[in-house]
This record gives sequence, C-alpha cells and structure tokens, in this order.
Amino acid sequence: MRRLIRHPWFWRIAAPILVGALILCVWEGACRFWHVPAYLFPRPTQIWRALIVGWPVLLTALGSTLRVTLMAFAAAVVLGALIAFLFVQSRVIELSLLPYVVLLQVTPIVAVAPLIIILVKDTQASLTLCATVIAIFPIISNTTIGLRSVDPGLAAYFRMNKAGRWTTLWRLRIPGALPFFLAGLRISSGLALVGAVVAEFVAGAGGRGAGLAYEILQASYQLDIPRMFAALGLITVTGLMLFALMSALQQALLGHWHESAMREER
Amino acid sequence: MNAPLQAASPVIEVRSADKVFANGVRGLAPIELRIEPGEFVTLIGPSGCGKSTLLKLIANLIEPTSGTVKWWGGDFSRVGAADRRLAFVFQDPTLMPWAKVDANVRLPLDFAGVGRAEASARVAAALDQVGLGEAAGRYPRQLSGGMRMRISIARALVTEPDLLLMDEPFGALDEFTRDRLDEDLVRLSSGRGLTNVFVTHSIYEAVFLSSRIVIMAANPGRVFGEFPVDAPYPRDAAFRGSEAFAALCRSLSGRLADASRAGGAA
Repeated sequence: MRRLIRHPWFWRIAAPILVGALILCVWEGACRFWHVPAYLFPRPTQIWRALIVGWPVLLTALGSTLRVTLMAFAAAVVLGALIAFLFVQSRVIELSLLPYVVLLQVTPIVAVAPLIIILVKDTQASLTLCATVIAIFPIISNTTIGLRSVDPGLAAYFRMNKAGRWTTLWRLRIPGALPFFLAGLRISSGLALVGAVVAEFVAGAGGRGAGLAYEILQASYQLDIPRMFAALGLITVTGLMLFALMSALQQALLGHWHESAMREER
Repeated sequence: MNAPLQAASPVIEVRSADKVFANGVRGLAPIELRIEPGEFVTLIGPSGCGKSTLLKLIANLIEPTSGTVKWWGGDFSRVGAADRRLAFVFQDPTLMPWAKVDANVRLPLDFAGVGRAEASARVAAALDQVGLGEAAGRYPRQLSGGMRMRISIARALVTEPDLLLMDEPFGALDEFTRDRLDEDLVRLSSGRGLTNVFVTHSIYEAVFLSSRIVIMAANPGRVFGEFPVDAPYPRDAAFRGSEAFAALCRSLSGRLADASRAGGAA
C-alpha cells in the first residue's frame, strides 16, 4: 500500500478521480436533501440514466460531432502546416498574406457560421469548414515561429557544409519546429471540437444537424435537462480525450530531448 | 601524412587580407600569415583584435575586403578534396538536440554521402577517440557541457580533416574540464599531422597547445607579433607543471600587455 501511494502515477490518476467522486457525492446528496427537481438541476444518477436511455441516439450524435471535429482538425493541420511553410519561404509572402490569416482569426465564428452554412450546400462540409477556420490559426502561427526559430549556430554549420535547401528543411528546420508545431496541435485539437459544436448549434437551429449540439438544443426545447447534461458530458469527455491524445503524442516525440516534454529530474 | 606533396605550399596563406564591415568598421588591417602543414597556430589577443574575424576568413565564412586567402596554394574550391579537408568547431557545441549523439557525429558524413556501414564505423571510432564511446545512444541534453564539446570535436574529427579551425571552443567550460580537453586535443592532433588554427583568450591554453602563437592587437585588428613555443610534443599535464611552461606563460603575458597597450585597450 505504501509503495502504491508513493508511486507518482497514483497521485496523477487517483487524486483527480477522488476529487471527482467527492464532487459527485456532494452534488447527489445536496440535490436529494433539498429536493431539487430534475428540470432545474438533475442529480448525477439521473444524468447517468438519461445517458443509458438515450445511448443509441447520443452515440450517433457523438459519432457525427467527432467526424466533423477530426476532419476539421486534419484539414487544419495539413493546410496550416502548408501555409506556414509558404510563409517562411519569403518575407513578401508572409507580409502580404498574414493580415488575412489574422482576419480569419479575429472574426467570431458564430457570426460567420450562418453564412457558411447557407453558402455551402452539404451540411457535413459546411460544419467542417467552420471548425477548420477556428482550428487552423494556432497551427499556422506556431509552425511559422517554429520554422523560423532555428539555432543560428546549427544553421551556420549546415551552410558551411553546403547542405541543400531540402536537407536543411528536413534535418534542421522541421525537427526544430516540432515542439512549436505540437504545442499548436494541442490547442488546435480543442478548437476543432469547439468549432464543430458551435457550427452545429448554428446549423441545428435550421434543423440540419445531427451532432451533440443538436441533441442539446432538442433536449432544451423539451426541458429534458438530464439529457442536456448527458450530451454536454460527452462533449467534455471527447475534448479531454483529444487533449490526452495530443499530450501523449507530444511526450512520445519530444520526451527525450525537449524541455516542454521532459519529466522532472529528481 | 602527405608530407612530400604538401611541403611545397603552406596550408593557409593570407596575403594582405583586410576586412571592412558593412557598417564601415575596420575589423582587420591587412594581414600576412602563413601556416605550414602540421603546425598548431593559436590566435590570441584582447577583445576586438579581430581574431575570430581572421579565423572566419580562413574558414571562408566571410570574404576579405581586399587581399587574398589561399588554401593549399589555391582558392577555396580546392578545399574538400581527399587530402584537403577542413573542419570548424564553434564556440558552442551546436549539436542537434533531437538527435542522439551518434546521429550528431554522423551528420557531416551524411552531407558527404558516406555509406551507412562505413559511416557507422567511423562514428564509433571518432567517439572512442574523444572518450565517449558509451554515449552514442544518449541525447546531448543528458551530457555535461564538457562532454557536449567533445561530441562537437568528434563531429569535426569524423571527417578526418587536414585543417581544424576552432573558435574559443572551451571558453564556456570550467578550468579543469578545459585542461583535460586541451590535453586530449594535443594527443588527437599530433598523431595525425593535423594542422590546427585555434582562437583563445587564455595564455595558459595558448602556450599548452601551440607550436606558434600569433599575438593580435585591436584598433584596428592586426597581427602584433609572433611567439614560438619551443617545447616538444606530445605534451601532457606534466608540461603544464614545468618551469619551462611557467617561463613561456610569463613572457607571453608580457608581450600581450604590449599588444594591449598598442591597441589602446584599458
């Protein structure tokens, strides 16, 4: 038992779980004690029941949201990295295109989403487009900074050895940019989910969506508050999973050499 | 060693080469310098005397404003042929943090297109020479500053250079580590007829390493005088403790004080 408690993973996993369980217990107890009705604020057990009952529909909705999120994330990564490569090729390209990238970033997606949904016929495609627009910015800015922040000494060494443009890109710039790119990935994965949900809300109002946000809207119309919580919980879990996945990727690729992913040395 | 071939022409011949920087500052007044095969020449002098600039001229990292530099009696295109290889060691180790030690040492061989099997054998040999054969699978981060500098030297030696240029390579290390690396450097370069040009601030380091010391003065950077070190190789820690060593250091110190006055330094 003592050894288990001392193990670092025990605290990383057990402590947060314990806190979560405590909160759920207090929540459940308080709702029962003051007889709070489910349509005002449901108890955890009621939410759980709603999740079980509505599982087939919620699962389909989750699948739909997840598909949009992942497609948007993939598009943001590929396009974002390509744009970043384009930016570092010449200052002229960067200076002439950067304002438009910033424009994309500062315009609230909620305001643009209705327009995109009207303009793009295919629902799936319009949702993906909305989510991509939000998710792409951190990839572009982080990868650009990463590709630019090459160790000047190493760059001189590559020049001295007459290394070509591609060799320098492949063996110096890309590995050097990796920590920045991965940090961008972590932010972008969360934003892709946010974008997907926001777009679904906008589209859902028009009755075209089928994702989790649409389920939340439907449940709110019917005052089915436990079901709202269940759908919300699924979105949260999805976001956590994405974050954990990106963190694991970062750890796997940088764990050996970069400060951002090094475990504390004791 | 290719003594019969090289005896005719010096490895480096600097003929009234000067350097005026883009901002109009005169970095180097016209310099005359001949470096013969197998010499260990150290450039020493106060800050601003242009010793690093002169080394960069010799490395062809910068070009002289007027005058010429000749490598093995010809222009820089001669460098790189079988018996005219040049390697440069920077002030910092300039290793790739994402690559293991052996991959770092292999880098110049990859540039040169050396085959996998031959490269591996040469990398292992170079690491053994600097006493870090066991560190092949580790990352630069996991090594001390002195070990990283050794890796950087191994990366230079793996190309089997005929001319090794070093710009204050041990300046950032503590004195004990520096002394040990100096001993290793003497051992490694005297056995193979290597020609060395070395930049340092340290009187003790210059006397210990060199067969000839070039004393430089500032305002503008120029060669103030030469100081031959008449002590036989191989040299080891015992040489550093000898009376002859102390006498050489004293008289070099005096000459440097003259150079410093001549340059108007404080």
